[in-house]
Amino acid sequence: MELGLEVAEGPAPYTVLAVKGEVDVYTAPRLREKLVELVSQGKHQIIVDLEGVDFLDSTGLGVLVGGLKRLRSNDGDLSLVCTQSRILKVFEITGLTKVFSIYDSVDGATAS
Amino acid sequence: MYQFELQIPPSPEYIAIVRLVVSSLASARRAVADERVDDLKLAVSEACTNAIEAHASVGSSEPVTIRVTEGDERLEVEITDRGPGFLPDALPTHPPVTDPARLNFERGLGIPLIKTLVDAAEFLPSPEGTTVRITLYGGPSDGGDETSEILRAVLADDE
Repeated sequence: MELGLEVAEGPAPYTVLAVKGEVDVYTAPRLREKLVELVSQGKHQIIVDLEGVDFLDSTGLGVLVGGLKRLRSNDGDLSLVCTQSRILKVFEITGLTKVFSIYDSVDGATAS
Repeated sequence: MYQFELQIPPSPEYIAIVRLVVSSLASARRAVADERVDDLKLAVSEACTNAIEAHASVGSSEPVTIRVTEGDERLEVEITDRGPGFLPDALPTHPPVTDPARLNFERGLGIPLIKTLVDAAEFLPSPEGTTVRITLYGGPSDGGDETSEILRAVLADDE
């Protein structure tokens, strides 16, 4: 099972990380590594695009929470792009919709 | 009623296979409503993650067993590990998500997810390990869909 991770520069200061596939305990470490790498490169405004994600479990949520924490401690932020109800549901159940800024498009996230 | 059993090595890459098998089975057999299949898939996945981590914590290479039972108007999935066991009520409680300190907890969301997603979740510890029993009720027409209720009545008349 492949996890797609594509990095693109958005309008400054944003960096967009598009995630594709299934995020679970097997693939989440790769997402964590990518986020750590981006932060260490000085990317402190990261938009994680979840539109290509078919499945996201609590391990994936944990990695996103960890990324948010890392960025906030660097005066940055991590926002999400997600319109899929089955993925949004996981954020709603865990109450994480109150923690993350979730947008319906990358443009929406950069315009914030 | 049918029963189906799957054994996987206690390694994270096999959980995707469990998700595929359990969700395909639930859809194909129409044991639960389509919109519940995603709930079932996530709950089973979370339970398998916990089982595999339990095995890793004691260095066990024993398989994790997933048993699917379809009964009248219910689908039951049991995930059994041979780990050291745990009591869900004894797990540490996290600060509320709105508390900035919550960000220090990247784990511990799995069990609350399981409990919320399914109709019943039981955690059955035994000296040999832990079984998590997940139950979903209702067939494909569950959820108050009037059209399908009518369709079902029409189909019943034809028999």
